[in-house]
Amino acid sequence: MNDYILYPGCSMETSARAYYDSLMAVANVIGLNFKEIEDWNCCGATEYLGISLTPAYALIARNLALATDASNGTRSVVAPCSACYLNLSKADFHMRERPKLGQMVNEALAAGGLSYTPGSLEIRHLLDVIVYDIGLETVKSKVVRPLKGLRVAPYLGCMVPRPDYEHRLSDHEHPVELDLLLNALGAEVIDFPLKTECCGGHMTQIGPETAFELIHRLISTADVHKADLMVAVCPMCQINLDAYQGEMNHFFRTNFKMPIIFFTQLMGLAFGLNAKELGFGLEIVSAKKAIAKIGVEIQEQKPSGPVRPHKPEGLPMPKPLPSRRQVAVKDEVAR
Amino acid sequence: MVATQINASPVIPVSVKNEDLTLLAEVSACTAGVSRLEMCIQCGSCGGSCPAAEDMDHTPRMLFAMLRAGMREAALKSNTFWICVSCYHCVVRCPQNVHITDVMYTLKSMAIRAKLYQDSTAPDFSGTFVDMVEEYGRSFELGLASRHYLKHFPLRLPGMTPMGLGMLSKKRMSLIPKRIENISQLKTVLDRAKELEAGQ
Repeated sequence: MNDYILYPGCSMETSARAYYDSLMAVANVIGLNFKEIEDWNCCGATEYLGISLTPAYALIARNLALATDASNGTRSVVAPCSACYLNLSKADFHMRERPKLGQMVNEALAAGGLSYTPGSLEIRHLLDVIVYDIGLETVKSKVVRPLKGLRVAPYLGCMVPRPDYEHRLSDHEHPVELDLLLNALGAEVIDFPLKTECCGGHMTQIGPETAFELIHRLISTADVHKADLMVAVCPMCQINLDAYQGEMNHFFRTNFKMPIIFFTQLMGLAFGLNAKELGFGLEIVSAKKAIAKIGVEIQEQKPSGPVRPHKPEGLPMPKPLPSRRQVAVKDEVAR
Repeated sequence: MVATQINASPVIPVSVKNEDLTLLAEVSACTAGVSRLEMCIQCGSCGGSCPAAEDMDHTPRMLFAMLRAGMREAALKSNTFWICVSCYHCVVRCPQNVHITDVMYTLKSMAIRAKLYQDSTAPDFSGTFVDMVEEYGRSFELGLASRHYLKHFPLRLPGMTPMGLGMLSKKRMSLIPKRIENISQLKTVLDRAKELEAGQ
């Protein structure tokens, strides 16, 4: 078993539940053992950094301080969300690069009885851990249902390959790790040219037209390459491409229906796990048709509340007034 | 011949004040880590790499030249750093290793402090996000989205309803916020951090 400290991040509990569920399901199979940081807080995404420097870094560093307390023998913190991963590594890196920042952040942490020594933890993204610690051979050995014939577009987005302070991936713009992983699952991997282009980030919220342009570039390119689905490694990329695909289609008068699936969900399918346990059906753009290509059926996850029974004898409803033509016909018949 | 050119007195317009000439240094000093902003050689790799440059008032290269020229108000009024999507393409391509994205964060906070932004959509979004995080210790998407869209994009709401309902019914968006247990500790830490930031 490989032991890691887990920083899940806010999205994993809500918008990216499919990522969390599928991660927990595949972790057992490949021997990943997580200990979640107790009482972790939000990393501030890309918002707090633009408001105030020291508080933004103190917010991130509280998690690092709690992780240090939690570590039993391991110093590796894993974040499945790219934005969380970058923020945690950014705080660690910048507190090291500029000791004065480290000193200020630690002074703030001290007010809450905490401290963090920059460099004492190793911050990793989930993809990096699976490819380099678990290894592609191990992944391959667990495959019982190869994703044969499924054309996938590997999409990493920005924040794992860049800035990548510790140079953990093979390249800043065209890294091969996700391609190799999907290849190990037996999928047909497209050489996707926009694999590290931006999904729009928070622009879906503040400058939708800028975001729609970026989303359109990605989805239309995956479509040109005849992808059955796109594979994401980050909750923000997934939500932008999946949940805002409809609005983007409306904006450009297009009709793309490109499913966006987390890489851990595909790992689970290849390991023979149940599609529902892996969070399939939670996507807004359905992956049903794509997944049927490998012979897996997925149930749409319907609202969980009781369905209102259809009552033919409901309250009387007013009928529309007869049209002039109907009145004339009726008069004619009467005569 | 070269010597005579060097001896010629530098031409600085009378309208530029001395303190403005330190703007570049100020921005650099307020940035996390070592910004290396002073090292910019105006090559333009940043603007050429930017996926959102066409929506910007100035490319990053132009903006950095404006900072060096001490054009404080014009620079802080630019929409450039509000359009920045934090993709870090410019950062990895910059031959001088300038921490461009982090400089953009600095400019956002400076524009907010000087109240020089032209459009309040982005600063409001960041502000609301931070309010939620300070209140709960976690982000709260439904609260954030409803407050933000009602104020800034009421006309987008009808078109977004099916997606919003989908997110709610698939339980991908929570109706109630989740608060961390030791929120008082987080608040103490953040309050102290704010004092330190103000005392700089």
